[in-house]
Amino acid sequence: MSLIYPHDGLKAHPLNASPAYTSTLKRAPSQPLILLPHTLSEISGPAFGHRAVQAGDSDLTLQHGGEPLGERIIVTGRVLDEDGRPVPHTLVEIWQANAAGRYVHLRDQHPAPLDPNFTGAGRAMTDAEGRYRFVTIKPGAYPWRNHHNAWRPAHIHFSLFGSSFLSRVITQMYFPGDPLFAYDPIFQSIPDAKARERLISRFDIDTTEPEWALGYQFDIVLRGRDATPLEEPHDD
Amino acid sequence: MTEHKAALGLTPSQTVGPFYAYALTPRAYGGSELANERIATDGVPGERITIRGHVLDGDGEPVPDAMIEVWQADADGRHNAGGNAGFTGFGRAETSPEGFFHFETVRPGAVEGPDGTKQAPHLAVSVFARGLLLRLVTRIYFSDDPANASDAVLALVPHERRETLIAQRGPDGVFHFDIRLQGEGETVFFDV
Ligand SMILES: [Fe+3]
Repeated sequence: MSLIYPHDGLKAHPLNASPAYTSTLKRAPSQPLILLPHTLSEISGPAFGHRAVQAGDSDLTLQHGGEPLGERIIVTGRVLDEDGRPVPHTLVEIWQANAAGRYVHLRDQHPAPLDPNFTGAGRAMTDAEGRYRFVTIKPGAYPWRNHHNAWRPAHIHFSLFGSSFLSRVITQMYFPGDPLFAYDPIFQSIPDAKARERLISRFDIDTTEPEWALGYQFDIVLRGRDATPLEEPHDD
Repeated sequence: MTEHKAALGLTPSQTVGPFYAYALTPRAYGGSELANERIATDGVPGERITIRGHVLDGDGEPVPDAMIEVWQADADGRHNAGGNAGFTGFGRAETSPEGFFHFETVRPGAVEGPDGTKQAPHLAVSVFARGLLLRLVTRIYFSDDPANASDAVLALVPHERRETLIAQRGPDGVFHFDIRLQGEGETVFFDV
């Protein structure tokens, strides 16, 4: 049985067994994974029409009666496959803390203020060129209890589907120059430094809008290549 | 074989973290759900089934902040079938504080497998959680299906671990499928 897509690119991902991130200790599987041949179940995937996204979902600063506090930013980029082809009309979901580093989530106990004008959840579809765009607030860093004096670098969570079950990924986008990178076991769980850097957005003066908002570019590369199945080895 | 140009590097995965619910499974927050535990509405053809289970960690403790996604064919074994209104094939659920999840759907048909064979009916599953830096992938098969015996994917799994992939039908007709992330009875997870 063959794999439809090559496997090499998966080395970019962190290992679940990353003990510096202590939540992995009781949750990472201890048995080896079993290589799964790609069948129709893996190379197909859910399709979300524009119905999934409502007007205003991509502007997180306009979801309440007033303007949220914090630094208004534009986050935009392209979703591509491994061959560099755009992934058009695919859903991008994001969520994040507010400018003070506090999530709306009911279990977030960080004693920083909630912002009545900010929820921090958004959705967008990529256009025909694979481009998406959000307007939001720069999230704050926040403490967590992984180790003494543990702080997460500012980040926005991203969730994408792409064209198939194989391309499904959830990740986090970071901001350039964050002094917390060196101390963050989640960011550092990615073994390859080059791959790690791909999660850092790039400040872009051309995306920045005068008198209004700083702009950041963040491109995302999803699993999937030229869909020609690899030849099956012949036993005879 | 076709020569590929150099591949772009994949965007690495990161954990979904503990605080995704208000965006991805936002029912309790009044947000609009992209998908939920109801995969098929009432009019969708096929045998109605319920799948229930718990997500458990290496100590057997419930995992209260996991997100389970499932992807399946319809009753005729088709993915993304046009005209099959009320059926998306995609479900998404947050575990409860007790680590519990469930899905309501129709039993999938047999999907085409390698070399023109048919695969035994199954759902493709992704598990996301705090503490998982990369999703875990598994499958749900059905205990009362004789096609399991000849399924090419099940055949790749060591015999003694195979039953971790098979939902057991209870006397109430409900299929039970626990996901054990680690340790005794650890669920088989796949490298895709
Ligand atoms: Fe976070």
